[in-house]
Amino acid sequence: MIRFACILALTLVAALPARAAVDILEVTSPGGITAWLVEERSIPFTALEVRFKGGASLDRSGKRGAMNLMTGLLEEGAGDLDATEFATARESLAASFGFDVSDDSVSISAEFLTENRDEALALLKLAITQPSFDAVALERVRGQVLSIIASDQKDPNHLAREAFDLAAFGDHPYGSAIEGTAESVAALTADDMRTAHSDALALDRVIIGAVGDISPEELGRVLDELLGDLSASGAPMPDRAAYQLGGGKTVVPFDTPQSVAVFGHEGIVRDDPDFFAAYILNEILGGGGFGSRLMDEVREKRGLTYGVGSYLLPYEHGSLYLGQVASSNDRVAQAIDVIKDEWRKMAEEGVTEEELERAKTYLTGAYPLRFDGNAPIARILTGMQFQDLPISYIATRNDNVNAVTLDDIKRVAARILRPDDLHFVVVGQPEGLETTN
Amino acid sequence: MRRLIASIFACLIAAPLWAAENVTTFELENGLEAVVIEDHRAPVVVHMLWYRAGAADEPPGKSGIAHFLEHLLFKATENLESGEFSEIVEANGGRDNAFTSWDYTGYFQRVAADRLELMMQMEADRMRNIRLTEEDIVTERDVILEERNQRTDSDPGALFGEQRRAAQYLNHPYGIPIIGWRHEMEELDMEDALDFYRTFYAPNNAVLVVAGDVDPAEVEELAKKHYGPLEPTPGLGQRFRPQEPPQLSERRLIYEDPRVAQPYVIRTYLAPERDPGDQEKAAALTMLAEVLGGSSATSVLGRALQVDTNRAVYSSAFYSGVNYDDTTFGLVIVPTPDYTLAEAEAELDKEVAKFLETGVDPEQLERVKTQIRASLIYAQDDVGGTARKYGAALTSGLTVEDVRAWPGLLKAVTEEDIMAAAREIFERQNAVTGWYRKPQTETETVEVSQ
Repeated sequence: MIRFACILALTLVAALPARAAVDILEVTSPGGITAWLVEERSIPFTALEVRFKGGASLDRSGKRGAMNLMTGLLEEGAGDLDATEFATARESLAASFGFDVSDDSVSISAEFLTENRDEALALLKLAITQPSFDAVALERVRGQVLSIIASDQKDPNHLAREAFDLAAFGDHPYGSAIEGTAESVAALTADDMRTAHSDALALDRVIIGAVGDISPEELGRVLDELLGDLSASGAPMPDRAAYQLGGGKTVVPFDTPQSVAVFGHEGIVRDDPDFFAAYILNEILGGGGFGSRLMDEVREKRGLTYGVGSYLLPYEHGSLYLGQVASSNDRVAQAIDVIKDEWRKMAEEGVTEEELERAKTYLTGAYPLRFDGNAPIARILTGMQFQDLPISYIATRNDNVNAVTLDDIKRVAARILRPDDLHFVVVGQPEGLETTN
Repeated sequence: MRRLIASIFACLIAAPLWAAENVTTFELENGLEAVVIEDHRAPVVVHMLWYRAGAADEPPGKSGIAHFLEHLLFKATENLESGEFSEIVEANGGRDNAFTSWDYTGYFQRVAADRLELMMQMEADRMRNIRLTEEDIVTERDVILEERNQRTDSDPGALFGEQRRAAQYLNHPYGIPIIGWRHEMEELDMEDALDFYRTFYAPNNAVLVVAGDVDPAEVEELAKKHYGPLEPTPGLGQRFRPQEPPQLSERRLIYEDPRVAQPYVIRTYLAPERDPGDQEKAAALTMLAEVLGGSSATSVLGRALQVDTNRAVYSSAFYSGVNYDDTTFGLVIVPTPDYTLAEAEAELDKEVAKFLETGVDPEQLERVKTQIRASLIYAQDDVGGTARKYGAALTSGLTVEDVRAWPGLLKAVTEEDIMAAAREIFERQNAVTGWYRKPQTETETVEVSQ
């Protein structure tokens, strides 16, 4: 049957994964700003990633959505330039700037050509240090955010996640969407934007990754120029988010042919010694590939869904272990039963030797494939620093994956998979499902 | 050794701005065309096989079969068990997937460069050797129906898009959704899948794209070994789809759905696509879309409707020339709450009329060209993107020479070319205009009709 056995055997024997050959240098600028750099001179441009810890969870009480709106306004006028003049200047330099906010950080992603690097960074500096938050731009971007909030309120995926987060984390910022509500956003002022800006963008929380056509000395110089004017410290970090949700089901009625279910319970934080084992465990249960147990049981064997998966969400101040599935209203109850069974089965029995080996081969082989361009590598560099990983992490990461044993997985499965605590939030008109108390 | 020398030179001399991509091509005797894109910075390869067959090549009444077959290609072959293809890719640390469009179906894997041969061996195998069971058909048909549920029926914007396409193309199969109409999807069977497969999945209907840390001569050797022995489909002539008759009157539709949160107006005009050796008009339309509605902050519509006044939350002009047959040029306005859809449409028309009077700002055009020039530098960092660009072009009727000529043609577009294209394209009798909104109460309806 398997006529490829010969070549397969050969490749498996030779299956030493490609090495991610990335030489990271830690650079400290004359002004004392630290960055990680990969010099890559073959293409005349640089990708720069600047990330500030804190992000949307620094929203002050009653100001939900302030960080999100502030981040959206950074490129909408700065220094003497209005939004159009700023964009015109950026386009003339053929640079690209991205501004993004998540629960735990504000990220600025820039790509610029070597031929006009100083001009591009001078422009980016305006956006980071002197955003105008003028009234016209504020109203324009507020309108865009309100439009997004209105659309989210009609999106079953968003509604399911929103209901889960609220039940899980209550009043903590993790308990609500980073965009805020129509009411909270309508009330935000230019002063709120300035407060959010000084709360979030400060030197005591900045993380930097750079990849491309730039030397350590040049990088140090440009970073001092780019960020040196920011204040030394920002707002204190939020408290830990206590997980408050028990097992059960919550049905959110919504008129749609297919129900969306978000499910899960508390997860595991990134610096937990069991994180690698948990990561491998999840890869086998509901990771990204076609071969996960959930995909196999719910989609391949029963055709109950187009997609099902699970993922660990290690936040800075809390954690979730979540999954999601979409299935037609008359079949979603069956999909949920299958998922619960698989969750329990893995909690009680762990995984097989073969599954573990397959997951390790995949994870170790796939790791070098992530390093596929200057911008992705710059994001990996900031991600590593964000998680307090050592600069040598890339070289040892696959060894850490390979060191996980079947017993580790069994122990961690029993610890982190808690079938009785699983809560399903189902948005739709599911047949045979009701909210439990 | 060659690589080392190349990297030393790269450090000493700055790459010229119009650096050629490291692209080479070859063709096998059985008709398989191949494109190889070199990027030696990381030991990674993308292996893609594109078929010149998509949803617009389906027989009448069998909508969705191209996409259904794409799913079924992950089932068993004469040499592999069902699901084993992806398992082997994953066991080798890779990822694989596939996609279906109107003009093509594509399969790809990203793996360490030394696994290229295994990928070719398996991809060649499933080009001619799939082995389906009735159970595969029944289960996987449920999966595509759930996919339609998720992507289309749960998304009012997607349903609106489906209705607009159907109105745009009276006769051409571009009017039929890729996923298929539900009532036809429910009836698709094994014979439908195998008919499509046997006709179109053949070396003389495929384009191989390999990108990454590879040597073109080695790729050609491997392709000869694995794809070379495959038999072509005889008599597979030029693709022919029913063409559109001249459009004589504007088509208008209103789509109402209680799930609509943000209403908008969208209008698409039937437009010429990029044709081999004849891409000038498409280049002018591409630049027109960029100048008129590319960037929200600096384009004509963005400035007028979003920045200088607060009439729209979002506006845009869009055009994609990579199509086998006629494509569309589109305009969209998402109004702020103060404007009805009728008013929004009128404001949009007013700004387009103004643009036809005033013409192109030469400085803006220059900025767009600066960015096109720079995009060639940035593109060297994204070898996967380059691979997709060639695959889509070569399965949409274009040649490698057309792809190479394209940046130069964009650069050569003049203000006059753009205005000529604009005057030609903005013919309302050639357009489909759609309103997307919540079901209206009586008072709202009266307002709109005034």
